Amino acid sequence: MSDMPMVRADGVSKSFGSNEVLKGISLTVDPGEVLCIVGPSGSGKSTFLRCINHLERVDAGRLSVDGQLVGYREKGDKLYELKPKEAAKQRREIGMVFQRFNLFPHMTALENVMEAPMRVRGISKAQATARAEELLARVGLGDKGDHYPAHLSGGQQQRVAIARALAMEPKLMLFDEPTSALDPELVGEVLDVMKGLAKTGMTMIVVTHEMGFAREVADSLVFMDGGVVVESGDPREVLSSPKHERTKAFLSKVL
Amino acid sequence: MTQDDRDHSAASTVSSPSTTSSPSDGSHPVAIKAIKLRHPWRILISVVLVILLVLFVIDASQRSAYGWPDVAKYVFDRRISQGALVTLQLTVYSMIIAIVLGLLLAVMRLSPNPVVKSVAWLYLWVFRGTPIYVQLVFWGLVALIYKTIDIGLPFMQPWISIPNNLALNVFIIAIVGLSLNEAAYMAEIVRAGLLSVDRGQEEAATALGMSWGQTMSRIVVPQSMRVIIPPTGNEVISMLKTTSLVAAIPLTTDLYGVSRDISAVTFTPIPLLIVASIWYLLFTSILMVGQYFLEKRFSRGVGMRRPDKKVQPIGNDVGGKG
Repeated sequence: MSDMPMVRADGVSKSFGSNEVLKGISLTVDPGEVLCIVGPSGSGKSTFLRCINHLERVDAGRLSVDGQLVGYREKGDKLYELKPKEAAKQRREIGMVFQRFNLFPHMTALENVMEAPMRVRGISKAQATARAEELLARVGLGDKGDHYPAHLSGGQQQRVAIARALAMEPKLMLFDEPTSALDPELVGEVLDVMKGLAKTGMTMIVVTHEMGFAREVADSLVFMDGGVVVESGDPREVLSSPKHERTKAFLSKVL
Repeated sequence: MTQDDRDHSAASTVSSPSTTSSPSDGSHPVAIKAIKLRHPWRILISVVLVILLVLFVIDASQRSAYGWPDVAKYVFDRRISQGALVTLQLTVYSMIIAIVLGLLLAVMRLSPNPVVKSVAWLYLWVFRGTPIYVQLVFWGLVALIYKTIDIGLPFMQPWISIPNNLALNVFIIAIVGLSLNEAAYMAEIVRAGLLSVDRGQEEAATALGMSWGQTMSRIVVPQSMRVIIPPTGNEVISMLKTTSLVAAIPLTTDLYGVSRDISAVTFTPIPLLIVASIWYLLFTSILMVGQYFLEKRFSRGVGMRRPDKKVQPIGNDVGGKG
């Protein structure tokens, strides 16, 4: 079990109409690993992330999470599309944090965190409340449980969103540019929560522009451009001495 | 944009000490006493309009064709108030059915299932594509088309055959006709409401493993209410007036039907039209007040993120983006 990768992508491709966004992405993420994906906008990194929890369907290649094929069932040499219920079951195991937080604005912070465990996992309200309070305290918002998202700062909203994803007890966390919509002074508090999460051994895939975070926290780094993995390896090495021209050009602009 | 923000905040921190210190100096700035801008045209036009209105009222009160004594006589007539009650009942029952059915149709139209989607589309096509008057006449004739309700296998002798008494009850027929037509319009209102909810909401719920049904009922529908409520109020007011078309079925116990029946006997159609209008106006006025409060309540937006209205952050929190 431990030698099985948490995520294995093998030639993952995806097109929107005639626009080929992913052109055969292959990579593996081991349990407990933190992978950062960097690259210019439009490089397909967010799309790849959304394929992992089947928000987008893969057109070609194989993508599996924890040994399970994402969105399909393989029987013999044929692939069968999963029922919505089965796909939903797969997604429960994967937490996702969005660039625009996507908190439910008609619910308090606490209710946001409680919603999915109660509706999807079917746990009792008392249990869900206790767990949600614990998670909010963990992201440093123990006193904000009764606040509506509109009354929280961007950084606080994103921390609630992280707590909401963690409430489903996922084995993998996906972060889609979690700090890109934040004011500069609020980025740190979200990255701190993510660092803390990485320390607990959570498997994380982070699409980010925060090179400092990648250098400090990531176990590996992938540079994507034009739908392909251009370069990958140890983040400190890739960031300090990139081998490819495109990586060099990109890093010279963002560092 | 970030550069702008920074400049702005820098400017405000620089200027804030001077503004806070000025009251303590004791030298209050002199209040502006300017001569108000005059609007001579506004005054003139209002005076002319008021004069015209007064002339019309004086003239109308003296014209015998209006039959003011008859208006006074029939406005509180028992038959009329009974008719008003029927009109209210038609409005309330039809709207309740239309809202439920409209919600169902809207969700069906947004469903990923193509069959369900097409059924909803077909319904809207038929009921929005034909006039309500024609539909009501048609519903009045349904009892002729389906004389019995049969239960059994197709093309075989039915096991049970019930005379279609339901289709002979014009009150029920009226509610069926009005609500089925209205449901098509409510479906469009609800659909617009559902589509007004940010796509990210559905995505976040899906990513949490919630089913489509849960996502709709727990996340999307509650947030769409703010957009759905105001036009629904409009539809209620519109429905109150549309009930006068039930004469097509024919149902004649509603407010307009009763007033017409009375005038057919007394040969005084004008005062009875005025009587009916007074009652319709009374009801719509009450509904308009109700709608005002409903809208106020739903636009208050506790915890709602509104693009047109920035909610002030509470306490010492730093204002967030988005």
